[in-house]
Amino acid sequence: MLITQALGLCTGLRLALQTVFYSPLLTTPTAQVPAPIAPLSISAFTATTAAGSGLQSLQDALQAHRSGLRPNDFGGAPLATWIGRVDAIETTALPAALSTWDCRNNRLAWLGLQADGFFDAAIAVRKRYGAHRVALVLGTSTASIGATENAYTRLDAEGRFPPDTRLPALHTPHSLALFVQEALGLTGPCVTVSTACSSSAKAFADAERLIRLGLVDAAVVGGVDTLCGSVLFGFNSLELVSPEPCRPFDAHRAGISLGEAAGYALLERGPGALQLLGYGEASDAHHMSTPHPEGLGAERALNDALARAGISCADIDYINLHGTASTKNDEVESALVARRFGPEVFASSTKGFVGHTLGAAGIVEAVVCLLALRSGFMPGTVNTRTPDPCCGPQIRLAPAQGNVRRALSNSFGFGGNNCALIFGRDSSDAAEPS
Amino acid sequence: MAPLFIDGIALWAPSLPGWDAARLAFRSESPAAGAPVVPVALAKRPAPQMLPPAERRRAPDTVAVALEAAAAAVAASGHDARQLPSIFTSAHGDLGVNDYMCAMLATTPSLLSPTKFHNSVHNAAAGYWTMGCGCHEASTALTAFEHSFANGLLAAAVQCAADSRAVLLVGYDVAAVGALASVTRSDGLLGVALVLSPERGAKSVARLDWSLQDGPRPAVRLQSAAATALSGNAMADALPLFEALARAADQTTISLPLSAFQSLHLTLSFD
Repeated sequence: MLITQALGLCTGLRLALQTVFYSPLLTTPTAQVPAPIAPLSISAFTATTAAGSGLQSLQDALQAHRSGLRPNDFGGAPLATWIGRVDAIETTALPAALSTWDCRNNRLAWLGLQADGFFDAAIAVRKRYGAHRVALVLGTSTASIGATENAYTRLDAEGRFPPDTRLPALHTPHSLALFVQEALGLTGPCVTVSTACSSSAKAFADAERLIRLGLVDAAVVGGVDTLCGSVLFGFNSLELVSPEPCRPFDAHRAGISLGEAAGYALLERGPGALQLLGYGEASDAHHMSTPHPEGLGAERALNDALARAGISCADIDYINLHGTASTKNDEVESALVARRFGPEVFASSTKGFVGHTLGAAGIVEAVVCLLALRSGFMPGTVNTRTPDPCCGPQIRLAPAQGNVRRALSNSFGFGGNNCALIFGRDSSDAAEPS
Repeated sequence: MAPLFIDGIALWAPSLPGWDAARLAFRSESPAAGAPVVPVALAKRPAPQMLPPAERRRAPDTVAVALEAAAAAVAASGHDARQLPSIFTSAHGDLGVNDYMCAMLATTPSLLSPTKFHNSVHNAAAGYWTMGCGCHEASTALTAFEHSFANGLLAAAVQCAADSRAVLLVGYDVAAVGALASVTRSDGLLGVALVLSPERGAKSVARLDWSLQDGPRPAVRLQSAAATALSGNAMADALPLFEALARAADQTTISLPLSAFQSLHLTLSFD
């Protein structure tokens, strides 16, 4: 089957090259198939979103099929759109020892660490393996740029930052990981992945490689992104922001709803009750802000994730789609799902529940997959009423209960950056969950 | 860890527009201690030939310098650009675009340029690179503040070793401008690139043994005036390695700090 896929990819590649601005004269190389990896155990995970702090509030919103989006009330002159805002950020304070890191993004990072006992789980892993044997890989698209934006509204007479805001480590994209590193007392490899909306999905890939090579014994992965002017007005400038709550895969969808979130997972060598089975990363090589029309990079990421997991599309029970509700993403992604998966697979987008949380979307949707594996509950696609004719039978609007053994999460970012993650239950735990 | 091999090296700065110039300059000793170094800018910014002329003019400085370095390293390596997964690393991303974004948001947010917005993502250079050479392999964009090159090199070495395939590493930073210059320290334009391979090939120029080393390490002292002159750039943590590559002494050991707590211990062998 992989050979057939590779041939299909080659055809797609040639088509794609006609649309790029530089056409190599050589023949197109064949995709190299990655070797299967050993599953990693996911020993703790959490997410804080517009649905509230922690897993229970997210699970409740998904089960009640209740959107957490609200009319935009962020900032001074809010755009007419809907957002997934986390209420508790304003009432969260960082501990005094960490107060130099104070900004909206790091407050949300801190809030997220406190949920579901994640902070304690991370400290326990640090004590078990040693602080230098635990990696920290976090994804974010804008980190603490909100603090930089705020400083620009208060520049002094010479056009400089006000003295209280001159904190170099805060006004840099690594701010989030530096803050979490200090908060958790970790001293192992610490890096930020910033590939727009695939950022925190790719964090799993970087962490897996570090663990596989034996450079660390465990990794804290995840991501945090907060609402800020850059993304609200930026996506608005591209005419991608919806005036109503986003409706992924709806025939009348009108764009995305932005959101903010923090999420984390703890990876250790497997097996475990919940596992990372595979990941795939690939590039569209097509356009900075529009997906490849045939979903070439997305399909290649899917193929690599399946190869690393050592499974095929038929082994996937639930797909958490990227499903942003942008015209192009949903068109390309639904076509990919329709041509690669059977009608029995259950696929949904959860962007209508919490918004598009950008660099945090990968971890939030990984968490949705882990919840589905744990409970058998598969969320629907909230806000969507009339499926676009491009959708196959795989894309569901209403939630359902089932036996979820393996789940796939898609994350696609600007720059044509694609990542697919596959999670599963321990294969010895094949029974229907109670 | 199994050794890796460096198959292609590139560096671009206005005073050293290309690895040949940089290699020569990095081999010279510093002039008399304390003597001021005034680098002569031979070019303002590179003009990467892989971009069509209109794109070349419009590209932000980060994209121009990253693509120039990437293309030169790949050309020197003999690898096919389309088969190399890529790791792009930058401490701050495009500070010029960030300054524009923040200034616009503070005054006229609804007039934000959509092109500037999509160029503001940290993976803009990675995106243009994959588009420019039609590469569908994995690409990533990393950052680690003052240790962005070292962490990029670690990620590249890890990916090369874990998947047994050659990878492209590109590091770049630009000057802080506007109000950002009052808080962020970065001068000039600097782009560096390496192609790492899991096996020795016809184009291999150095063998690289690497490991993690715990505990803080002092920053490596640069030996040449030319490298010292570039040390105000936020990608300057790459310079000790590039100086060692230029000197190509029999065997060189250096430690690049990854954070306040850990270093990347490197041994370069040339034979």
